[in-house]
Amino acid sequence: MTDKLKSLWRFFFGDSARAFGSVSLILLVLLAISPAKDHFSQWRRYQKQYLHLIRGRADAITLERHYEGGIQQIWIPDQQVTDRCTTCHLGLKETSLADVSAVAFRKHPVVPHSLTEFGCTTCHRGQGAATTVQEAHNATEQWEQPLLPAKYVEAGCGQCHLEKQTATPFLNQGRQLISGYGCTHCHTIKQGDGTYILPGDDPPSLKHIADKTTREWVYAWIKDPQAYASTATMPNYHFSDDDARDVSAFIMSQSTPLEPPLQPINAKPNPDPAAGTSLYGQSFCASCHAMQNAAGMMVGGNVGPELTGIGTKAKPEWIADWVANPNHYDPGTMMPHYRFDPTQVATLAGFLESKTEPDFVANVHLGAPTPQQIEHGKRLVLENGCASCHEINGIKKPENFAPELSRIGSKPISQLLFVEGVDHNLPSYVVAKVSNPRSFGPSLKMPQFKLTPQQVDAVTTALLAQTDRAATQPPTMRIASTQQSKYEPAGHAGQLMHDLRCFSCHMINGHGGDMAPDLTWEGTAVQREWLTQFLKNPETLRPALIRRMPKFNLSDADINTLTDYIMAVYQTPEFDRDSLPASELTPAAVEQGRQLFYSKFACQSCHIADYAKDKGYIGPALAGTGKRFNAAWVYHWLKDPQSLRPGTIEPNQHMTDDEARSLTAFLMSLKSTGAKEVAKK
Amino acid sequence: MKRTLIVFCGTTLCALTLLTGGCSRKSKQPAPLKSTATGAAIVESSGGKQIGYIGMPLDQPVVVQVNDASGSAVAGAAVYFRGPSGMSFVPASALTDSSGQVTTNVSLGQQAGRYKLVASTWDASGKNIELTLDEIALGYQQTLGAQLNAQYCIRCHDPESSSLRVSNMDNLSVKPHAFTEGDTLNKMSDADLIAIISHGGPALNKSAEMPPWGYTLSKSDIAALVSYIRAVADPPYEAGGLVYAQK
Repeated sequence: MTDKLKSLWRFFFGDSARAFGSVSLILLVLLAISPAKDHFSQWRRYQKQYLHLIRGRADAITLERHYEGGIQQIWIPDQQVTDRCTTCHLGLKETSLADVSAVAFRKHPVVPHSLTEFGCTTCHRGQGAATTVQEAHNATEQWEQPLLPAKYVEAGCGQCHLEKQTATPFLNQGRQLISGYGCTHCHTIKQGDGTYILPGDDPPSLKHIADKTTREWVYAWIKDPQAYASTATMPNYHFSDDDARDVSAFIMSQSTPLEPPLQPINAKPNPDPAAGTSLYGQSFCASCHAMQNAAGMMVGGNVGPELTGIGTKAKPEWIADWVANPNHYDPGTMMPHYRFDPTQVATLAGFLESKTEPDFVANVHLGAPTPQQIEHGKRLVLENGCASCHEINGIKKPENFAPELSRIGSKPISQLLFVEGVDHNLPSYVVAKVSNPRSFGPSLKMPQFKLTPQQVDAVTTALLAQTDRAATQPPTMRIASTQQSKYEPAGHAGQLMHDLRCFSCHMINGHGGDMAPDLTWEGTAVQREWLTQFLKNPETLRPALIRRMPKFNLSDADINTLTDYIMAVYQTPEFDRDSLPASELTPAAVEQGRQLFYSKFACQSCHIADYAKDKGYIGPALAGTGKRFNAAWVYHWLKDPQSLRPGTIEPNQHMTDDEARSLTAFLMSLKSTGAKEVAKK
Repeated sequence: MKRTLIVFCGTTLCALTLLTGGCSRKSKQPAPLKSTATGAAIVESSGGKQIGYIGMPLDQPVVVQVNDASGSAVAGAAVYFRGPSGMSFVPASALTDSSGQVTTNVSLGQQAGRYKLVASTWDASGKNIELTLDEIALGYQQTLGAQLNAQYCIRCHDPESSSLRVSNMDNLSVKPHAFTEGDTLNKMSDADLIAIISHGGPALNKSAEMPPWGYTLSKSDIAALVSYIRAVADPPYEAGGLVYAQK
């Protein structure tokens, strides 16, 4: 063997001439490696494949004219974009390649931004400068910036778009979940424009909890909130029986009685057994609260807590006090003060008390707490940050209780601790952390939220949008988030509107909810007499709507104050309320308007002008327009509905002035009193 | 001398490694199922023709049932699911339960379009029996269209009512087409659809009950709606080949 090697060695390096020749040969081969690598490079193969693909097509000439060989690059220095993706992805702009089977060469789906202005990695991540698939998309386990899976791609939009966009449903949902589940009670999330994602839930204060419920209920609730109400946003802390016993002991021990104290109910409820159900229905409690009906179906909204087991949860005197005036127990509640009379209070309270779920607390038997248990409970409350969400007597709200997530989307994975079974990349880490936080260690404090996999993905999308780029890019790149204004009406009317919680449902001057119409210009829109009547006894304006304006049992004086204020203050500056006097609405115009209503614009497909023959369900019934609205408002609404109420689904029909005036005349001639209930399907 | 040899070999090896480069990954193969029974047919119970979003799980699981020759359910038959690249199943294979059914949660791939899902089992003779289901993945533009549809169109164009929304279809004298009615809508060109959405029914000599949306929605909104209508058509919409301007 060694002899053979020796002879081989002599053959190549035996004398200086041979050695020189051999070394030169080796050098030549080594020098050839680099150009050979380039020649056989992956991207050249892709370009050849692309040329092969387009040459077989009918529009080969056009496509070939667009084709440019060699390394392609999108370079946007001020956005730190150096993307060579278009070296292989050659057909991104070719409309005719929308459905070729080779994914790499397909046209990019339609998006509002051009590739040359934004690059690829801005949204998709990955290594822009790389020229092999492995390096550009993802490669080894430790790769910092792999390609973002398509389901999170809206995270790219969220870096600049902080507002709610129609085209990014998952991002919107994720941000809404982060707010709605109160993630930001503990985690700070600062957005690129300097605003914060604010918690949108309303965790109740526990200062007077002993007035409201029993320790047994608190125990069962903190053991498993979703066992009481599947829609509960309170997470599960996986407390052991002993821990739950001690936490409930501490929380109850800190509770102080309400001032003034709860009063026992002394009024008699309405003897009619159906009175409670019908008062619950008439007051439209179901607009906000869900309750399981006899058939086991959950019926109602999710603004307030589910009421299926309220009789088990709350004490009878608390329910009566709450129904009579919620401000007494919680001045910050979204629930309106209904002004029920004592009989109504007793009736509704009786109805709610009868909604029990005795199984929920059936197996809870707690003895009197010992001081050691209370002390241990206090430690648990402090350790778990209960006071981040709930007001608790004697415990300060902790600041920055959990890590800040403002830049979680750019977190280097070398700073993350992965556990078995989680893929080594940021999205998988976030998903694992959100869906099962305790899998990272039983001693971790983050509790278990009840989210579906789809909701987890939405939350992950919103978190991945919190990147370094989002935080540091120039402000001109950003579309700021829409923040609620701090508008508050003044004076006695303002107090009344606060007491009635108008803003829980209605938006006025950029402040309020979106459940009911925006009332910013209500004073221009309606007639005073109608508004007075409506506040006294709200009629049904929209036949197909389940959520409706409740009746607040207001006194005449209160109604006067409210209508005066609305008519005086909520006026649009765009046009004069009296600019279309009745004299201009001639009978001829009424007749012409009727024709337009029923033929040219077919308004009856969505609206009811005449209860006898029209059936349109979508818009409000218009049979009482002449009694309800102001003519100038109707005219301007018909001309351009979105200018008066942005986002309304009434289409702009591009009417001429004459058409709008005739239609206004017809609509103002409709003076049917009291909308009849349209038979519901 | 030997050292030179080692250096030489080392250099060559390095060069070779540089040349070839990369590494390969081993894919995990699921353990084969031990079926205790075989059926004669595989049928859909639920979950076909769902509209989902790229990369996302479908709302409803896909449930298929294995039946024997007489049409009654077979328990313990092995069912395998497969689909185009990117589509994933949890579980990807399972034995039918006591009611003869297998339930799987499906995630769609990263490309918009139709995904053909194949559920397969075998009969007593070992012959493969397959069931093909279509699932629809909406991309960015179609998703925007779906949102606009839910906001503006669905109340008249969808005959189904939900607990939050009462269908208005029955109140109209001319019944609108549901967007899934491919038989009718596939025959209309994009230009026709855009015209009828922008200018209302009268643009194509149809009912004025379809209002014009061109002054309310932007051009890109309407293009998104058309792409959504095309995406959900049943039977599927097939774009014609290249269209050149005709004189």
